[in-house]
This record gives sequence, structure tokens and C-alpha cells, in this order.
Amino acid sequence: MSDAVVPHRAEPSAAPARAGTGWFRRALDSDIFYSFRRSKLTMVAATVTLLFFLLAIFASVLSVQNPFDPAQLQLMNSRISPLWTADGQSPFLLGTDEQGRDVFSAILYGLRISLVVGVLGVVFAGTLGITLGLIAGYVGGAVDGLIMRIADVQLTFPAILIALLVNGVAKSVFGNRLDAMSTLVVLVIAIGLSFWVQYARTVRGSVMVEKNKDYVAAAQLIGLPAPIIMLRHVLPNTMGPILVIATINLALAVITEATLSFLGAGMPDTMPSLGTLIRIGNNYLFAGEWWIVAFPGFALAGLILSINLLGDWLRDALNPKLR
Amino acid sequence: MSLRQSLLAAATVTMLGFTVAPASAQTLRYANQGDLKSLDPYTLNESTTHAHLGQVYEGLIARDKDLKIIPGLAERWETPEPTRWRFHLRKGVKFQNGDPFTADDVVFSADRARAKGSNVQARVAADVKVVKVDDNTVDFILTSPNPILHYQWDTWYIMDKKWAEANNATAPTPAAATTPSFASLNANGTGAFTVESHQPGVKTVFKANPNWWRKPEHNLKEIVFTPIGSDATRVAALLSGEVDIMEPVPTQDIGRVDSTPTTQVMKGPELRTIFLGMDQARDELLYSNIKGKNPFKDIKVREAFFKAIDIELIKTRVMRGLSTPSALMIAPQLFPLSKDFTRPKFDPDGAKKLLTEAGYPDGFQVTMDCPNDRYVNDAAICQAVVGMLARIGVKVDLLAQPKAQYFAKILKPGGYQSSFYLLGWTPGTSDSHNVLYDIMGCRDDPKSSRGEANVSGYCNKKMDEITDKVLVEPDPAKRDQLIKEAFEIAAKDYAYIPLHQQALAWGVSKKLKVVQRADNQVLPYWMVKEP
Amino acid sequence: MLAFTLRRAIQAIGVMLAVGIISFSMFRFAGDPVNQIVSLDTSAAEREAVRKSLGLDDPVVMQFARYFGNAAQFKFGVSYQFRQPVSSLLAERMPATLELAICATIFAMVFGILMGVYSALKRDSALAKIFQAVSLIGISLPTFLIGILLIYLFSVTLGWLPSFGRGDVVRVGWWTTGLLTLSGLKALILPSITLGLFQLTLIMRLVRAEMLEVLRTDYIRFARARGLTTRAIHFGHALKNTLVPVITVAGLQFGSVIAFAIITETVFQWPGMGLLFVQAVQNVDIPIMAAYLLMVSLIFVTINLVVDILYTVVDPRLRSTIRRPA
Repeated sequence: MSDAVVPHRAEPSAAPARAGTGWFRRALDSDIFYSFRRSKLTMVAATVTLLFFLLAIFASVLSVQNPFDPAQLQLMNSRISPLWTADGQSPFLLGTDEQGRDVFSAILYGLRISLVVGVLGVVFAGTLGITLGLIAGYVGGAVDGLIMRIADVQLTFPAILIALLVNGVAKSVFGNRLDAMSTLVVLVIAIGLSFWVQYARTVRGSVMVEKNKDYVAAAQLIGLPAPIIMLRHVLPNTMGPILVIATINLALAVITEATLSFLGAGMPDTMPSLGTLIRIGNNYLFAGEWWIVAFPGFALAGLILSINLLGDWLRDALNPKLR
Repeated sequence: MSLRQSLLAAATVTMLGFTVAPASAQTLRYANQGDLKSLDPYTLNESTTHAHLGQVYEGLIARDKDLKIIPGLAERWETPEPTRWRFHLRKGVKFQNGDPFTADDVVFSADRARAKGSNVQARVAADVKVVKVDDNTVDFILTSPNPILHYQWDTWYIMDKKWAEANNATAPTPAAATTPSFASLNANGTGAFTVESHQPGVKTVFKANPNWWRKPEHNLKEIVFTPIGSDATRVAALLSGEVDIMEPVPTQDIGRVDSTPTTQVMKGPELRTIFLGMDQARDELLYSNIKGKNPFKDIKVREAFFKAIDIELIKTRVMRGLSTPSALMIAPQLFPLSKDFTRPKFDPDGAKKLLTEAGYPDGFQVTMDCPNDRYVNDAAICQAVVGMLARIGVKVDLLAQPKAQYFAKILKPGGYQSSFYLLGWTPGTSDSHNVLYDIMGCRDDPKSSRGEANVSGYCNKKMDEITDKVLVEPDPAKRDQLIKEAFEIAAKDYAYIPLHQQALAWGVSKKLKVVQRADNQVLPYWMVKEP
Repeated sequence: MLAFTLRRAIQAIGVMLAVGIISFSMFRFAGDPVNQIVSLDTSAAEREAVRKSLGLDDPVVMQFARYFGNAAQFKFGVSYQFRQPVSSLLAERMPATLELAICATIFAMVFGILMGVYSALKRDSALAKIFQAVSLIGISLPTFLIGILLIYLFSVTLGWLPSFGRGDVVRVGWWTTGLLTLSGLKALILPSITLGLFQLTLIMRLVRAEMLEVLRTDYIRFARARGLTTRAIHFGHALKNTLVPVITVAGLQFGSVIAFAIITETVFQWPGMGLLFVQAVQNVDIPIMAAYLLMVSLIFVTINLVVDILYTVVDPRLRSTIRRPA
């Protein structure tokens, strides 16, 4: 999936220009809300994204079965077409797959997995990137050089290869005993490790600019320790671009997970994410059992689309040059 | 074959005034899930490879359309005494490079097949003496009688001694070759087709052999073979008419292929038996919440597992009707007395009761190992089994992996690391002895090869005794009775849970007439394609 | 300048060394190659012999040293599956992958620039909105699904284009090309679209954004004031200015295109390096996997190095700062 590479080089000229201005304060300005309300598409995207998150959170309430519990799957009920078709059966709104898994429930639970992997991956990448970026920018010198060299090395690889690598290393370390939960952790780490560089670079850039400003000097003067200065004073100033990166990364993380699962390194079939559902369902497309792949596909596309739209809007809204 | 090359080839043919094939001769385009990895017939003991190389090479015997043994490169054979077999070779047969086929080639091939690095060493046992009597007669002298000596010789392909010597290919190409070998990239047999070009993993082109000693039943001038690993792509290639035949058709796509006016699915039973195994060797299971003892050592637990599985439901829902539930660990085609066996009835309540009697009223937890790219719908079958066992209270954690990792874990080199697993087995000899010896024999003697594929560690000394008798019993009826006795022991012990024989499914263009054999060998030398 | 180039080159070697260690250690432990090589009923003694002959029982450090020493001379050993030297297998497959990657890039550049320019100039037209929507959908569907959908539509339903493979290829020296035959060209269409769709989206958005930005600058305003035609302004000045970053991005992305061809090649059974890699992963063919990873990193590193050096040549301002913009 080529998507995984975007953020690094998407806009070579834009990032440095953006870095370093007083983003966060401006972000909270009413300009943002104004531009939000002006764009109907963005409002729809925000609603849809919110809806997806709610669906994932309340998956167990909304679904007719727990698709991860084999005892609840009845093979008798396999391959039922959606409710509105001739062979549809209640309560399987979107039909069932070859194991008798209710597609609607599977989507809700799969959404949960995909979002957990995506959000945690982004949080992990963000934490790692921000920390390293702060350190590099603030400390400077050899430390900066080392961190940025590692970042350069990392940047030469597409995220998907890094994720595959991390996955492979994990498999070799844990042997063949990776259960579903540890697979999830591995995915989070794999995705986190492939996306941290951008955060680091952005934060470092901002820190380099901010640290020479008077207020930092003042803070140093009254004897605040460096970590406090960085976290409390410098970091908030970089939140705008970080938010943009995180939003776009979330979409990428979800799609990276799907691709990993296509290559056989994703979530297992017994605990499917949206990506795994699509991979499984893909095999039934020619057979005419389109609902097994179509609905998870729509869900994934809808989720990524709305997150991307949000990200786009956020970037434009936070970029004074485009306003 | 590039356009330019074919033009050049056509030009050469016209200039020399040859006619390579009759005007009606056709090109067969064939796709398979698996690769043709090496052209050396002794590198890989695997049925798809044998089928491919069977276009080029031939054995002393052959198997006909019903798998019955018929003469091949040997016209006839006899056993003057139980330990001496005499094979009379066909005269006037030539290898594709023009070398005549003689007894020397048979002796050479026997040595090469048994040499270090060969993967078909079992074809001719190490203690068999191969003696050239004259140019057209070869004797095989055994140390003990073996009525099934020649059973696998349809795929013990005879190679050209002179050619091998001239090309430094007298040693078999080991599967783990660290240097490339001539014989793995070139071929010279006596068979119906010659290898025109071979690009491993991409494409292999075969050309009809105009000097074949048999009268061809095919009308092909050329076979273009392409491996296509992706199921969807392979189906698409058939539906769009880009290939004439492909194998296997994923079960879910059979309806689609059948309903397309230009294509159909040829279905048939396969010889591979899919079964479940339970670790009965360890005192404590590797992957279970029961500590200090092994629940599978209790026959009641094994019986409960067996009865909890609704094989008919797996057949209709997972296999879409394309499986034959099996009571035995061998396909009925390979053992005539199979009909005397029936599966214990599906009985979840009885299973639950058995578990309670065994001391597990609330069931227990165990991890199941399963391949996900080896057998037809393997991972889906495992998932279904997990669901069925969940209903009798057994919580199964499924670990479905690609075959590379799966086999590395559960087989001997991995230390048989599995508590509960799904495996498939086709006896290489097409005979029950192989099943009794390899997967049901005790594996307690580390020096013996007995029970090497017995991942479960099931062991019954009485069974081993019978197995040894089976090997040397020359009378077929008595032999079958012995085999039956052994299988009865296995059934009583609930040694394994046989599931089914999966079905063959070939996707075939309606222009093509095809013979489908139960050993799943796609054999173009019996195919006729309409223009 | 020389110091900079030298530093970059040393860094590149460092990258390659790191990749070598990672790829070796990963592949050393992923699955057991011996199992792939022997059949189910091979005896334990034979398995041991195979293990020995592969050098798998040597200390890991020794295995790595041997491996890296050979790799430096482009000796990647012999593939477990195909029994051919990996270097010749890769050389055989490389033309297929490079041709696909180039076609995908060209497709992405041509359509990306056209669509980007259009949607920048006619921001509010319906077509621009459609382009935007298409580009968003393009990045919101996994590549493999797009490939399958294209096959379903154009091969199975309409029967216009082949669903797999390269068609007929012509050999030109050691290179094989599908560009000279009709079937080869037809076979290139669907995989190129699948692989290039994402790059197209990227370039289109980039062109659009750059154009919008450039059109706002003073010198365009000045050009307008001078009375130049709109066309001359748009294409002579604005587009020309956006092309530098576009070409840079396309160049930098080329390495990723090659890496992501793994997925496209799997779906279309395209006989390139990516398919070879996937097959190798399935069969735990360690020499191929390791060599592929090194090859791809080498391509990445080379592209990056060239871009870096070109940057300093083109833009003197960067000579002092060294780092190009992220």
C-alpha cells in the first residue's frame, strides 16, 4: 500500500514554513470554528468519524453476537445474504460470512480493532517522535545528530517494509506463540515505529525556533528544569502541525494494518480487524457473496475517507497562507 | 517465448521445410497454484511436480486413467522368486536428445534416485541390488519380499545416463542445493513433451515430442505453464479465457466457474485425508490450562472431541459439499475394506457427558495449530472445529499460520510442538502401510523412522506388530485383513479424528477434454483441445 | 561539497549495514528453511545433513559475516526453491518490476499533473470536485482491493484486458520488455493503474497546492499586471515553478513504488522482484528475502543520495544547510 509513505514527503515545502508559528493559540481561535462551519463536507466527515468511533466503543451493545467468541458462531448460519435480499434472515442485517459470523457485528468489532491499532499506533508514534524531537531540538549537538541520522535512515524505508520487518522480528523473538492480543501489540509497535519520524522532525524544528525566544530564556532564568520548559512551554506551540500529522497518520495506520493483514502479517481470522475481514471476504467476491467483502470495504473506505477529509481541512484551516 | 523468438522459430521451420505439428495442434495454457521449482525429477517428492515432469520423463511402470498399473518403459515384469523382480524394457525407445533407452539408464537412475540429496530415495530402497541382465532386461534383487516394490515407480522417472554424464548431472540436485545444477534447469526424458524454456516461478513452455514412442492421445503442440498463487487472479484468468485449465478452484468459486458458459469445474475425490491429532505423548500438554496431567491421555476426552465434531456441517457449509467424510485415516480408494468402517455419530450431548466423566465438567482450554495455506479451506475448517468444541465447553485458542511456520513448529525438527492440530496425509505409496507406519507407529525409538510424522505421539505396540506383518504379507486378501485389524485398533483408541478427503476441483475451459485422476495429477498428455 | 557528498555516502553505507543486520537476523529466525526443502517423511538424520549443508548450524555471528561478505560482492547465494543463484533470479525479475514501476510513475505524473493543474485553476468546477473525490477514494481503499476490483471489471466482466502476467515479452540483451508487443502493453495497463493510483493522488494534490500557492505570489501578480496572457501565466510561470517539487517527490517516491509493487505484483501475478519476494516469504527462502531487502534498500539509498547531491547542485542555498526540507 503506497499510502503509508505520504506524510514524509507529501509536501516538501510546506512543513518548515508552518513550523514554529503560534499554532495552538491560533487553532483555538474562532477562525477554526468558522472554517469548520463553512465546510459542509468537513462537518459530514466529522460526524461520520465520530459515528465510527461511537460504533466501535459501543460495539458489544449494538451487535447481535460477539464475532470473536467461537461458541456464538453457528456454522448453520453461514453465508446468509443481507436482510433485504431474498435469502436474508433476521437478525443478520448485513448477512453472514462463511463461519456464520454476522457481518454487521464483525464490522463493529473489526472497527474497534482497527481503531485501537490505529489510535495506539499513532499515540505510540507521536509519543516517541515528540520525545525524540524535543530532546534533539533542545539538547542539540551530537544527540541531535544521532537522532536525526536515525530518522534519515528510517525515512529511506516505506512504512510497510518497516512494519513487515518489525512483525518478522517479533515473530522470531516470540517464536510461533503469538496470540491475538500480542499480535495486536506487535501491530501497534510496527505501525508506531514506522511513523514517528515526522513528529520528531516537526517538533525539533519548532523547538529550535522556540528555544531562542525570550520566554524560554525567562523560564530558564527562574530555574525551571528543562523537561518542564519543554513540555509546558515549547510543546504546546507545536500542537497544531502535530494534530494534522496525527490525523492523517491515523488513516494511514488503519490502511497499513489492512495491508499487513493482506500480506498475512495482520490480525488472525479468529479476531478480525476490518483489514482482515476484507482479506477474507475478497475470496468470496467471484462467488457472488459480495456482502462479505463489500460492507467491511465500505466501512474501511468511509472511515479513512472521513479521517482524511478531516485531516485535509485541519491542515488548510491551520495554514494561514491558505486562509 | 517472445514474439521475436517465435517469429524466428517459425522462419527457421519454414526454411527447413519441417512440419512440427499438424495444423489442428493447439496450445494449452495451464495455471497452477504451485510452482514448478526444479526440473530435476529427484529433487522434490511432491505430486504437482511429479505431474509436470511426467510430461517429460517416464517411469518403468505407468498408471492409467483409473490409477491402475500399466506398462511404461518396461513392457512387462515378473517375480521369478519373491525377492527377485525382472523387468523387460521396451525396445526402440529414444530419449528426446536421440540417445537410445537401455538397461544402463535404469541402473543409473536407480543409483541416482538413491544417492545423497535425492528426495525420492524411498522409490528404490538402499538394500535393493539393481543388476543389468542384458540391454533390455534389469533385475531387482531384494533382501526381503516386497509386494509393493513398484507401486510408486510411475513417478520414479528414468533419466539418460549419457546425457547426465555429459552435463555433469550424475548426482541428484538436492532440494537444498547451494550451487545451481544442470538437471534442475534442463530436462531430457522419453516422454510426450520436451521442455522448451523454463523460468522458475514465472513460466515453463513444453513442446510436443514428435518422436514419442506412444501414440499421442493429445492434440497439443505446446503447453504454457504459469504458476498463479493468488486464488482470485487464478479464477479470473480462467473466467476471462486466458488459461484453459487451472488448479485448484477455491471451493467458493466453483459455482461461478460452473455458471460461466465457457468454463466448468471437474470435481473428483482426492486421496489426501484431513485429520485432527491430539498430543498423547507428553505428561502435560504444552499449551493448555490443565497442569500436571494430559487430558488427551484419557480415551474419553478423545472420544468426546471426536463426537463433538459435526462433519456433515463442515462438509455442507465449509467445504460446500466438496468433501467425503472419512471414518479412516486413508482414502477409501486405497483400501478396499474401508466400507466396513463408519464414523461415530455426531453427539454433542454424549461428548459433554464423556468430558464430565473424564473429570472436565467445565471443559478445559487448549491451543490448536492449523495451517492456513496448505489444504482446501484449512483455516476455515479449524475455525469451525473451534466453534464446535466451544459448544461442549472446550475453549480452543486457534493458531493458524502459513505452512512454512506451521510445519516448522509441529513436525519432528520442531520437536512436535503441538497439543492439538490439523494435518493432511496422502500415503506416498498409495498404501495403508505407510499410514500405519508413519503416522500411527510408536515414535519411542529414536533410531527408527517409525512414527516420524506421528505428531500426536499415539502409541500402541499391538498396532506396530500388525504393521510389521502387513509389510511382508504377500497375499492381498490376508494383507487387507491385517490392515483392517490395525485400523480397528486405531478406531477403538480414538487415536486420531479423521475428518474427510477433500475433493479435487479443476477449472477447465469447455474447449478442453481432460482426464482427471484421483491423485490430482494434471496430465496434459491425455488432453484434447478444440480450436 | 565533497565533504558533504562523502558524509552522505558514508551514511548510505551505514544504512546498508544496518539493513543487512536487520534482514539477516529477521530471516535467520522466520520459519525453518529445512522444512521447506525436505518432504514430510524425510528422516531426522537427513534433515540434520541438510541443515549442515546450508551452514545453519554455524554460530550466528559466523553466518552473518559470511552472508555480508558475500552480499558485498553481489553474491546472495542460491535460492532454496529454485536452485539458481539469487543474483541471476533478481536480475531476471528486475526488468519486470522496473518497467511496471516506471509505467506507474509516468501514469501518475501525467494524470496527476493534468488533474492537479485543472483543479487548481478551476477550483470550484464540478470536474475538479470529482478529481478531488477520486483522489480521496484512491487513498482510502487498500491497493489489493483496487487491483481485484479492476480485474473483476476489466478482465472478467468486460474481457478487455488480461488479468495476470506480462503478456509476450521481447528480449533485448539481458533486459526483457513488454513494451514492444501488444499483449505486453495491454498487460501493463491494470497493474500500472493499481500501483500508480496512489502516486497520482499525491502528485495531483501537490500540484494543486503548489499552483494555488504560486498563483498567489507577487511575481504572478506582477506578470498579470504586465498583461501576459492567462495561459502564459499559468503554464509558463506557475506550472514551471511547481514542477521542481513534483519531480523531486516523484523521484523520491520511485523507491517506494518499487517496494509497494510487492502487493500489485501479487495480485496480478506480475513476474517481478516483488512477487519473487512474496513467494520467498511463503517458502522461507532466506537468500531471496535477504537479497531483496538489500536490493530495495540499495535502490532507496541511491535515489536519496542522488537527490541530495542534485539538490545541492541545483540550489546553492542548501550547500550550507545540508538538510533538504522534510
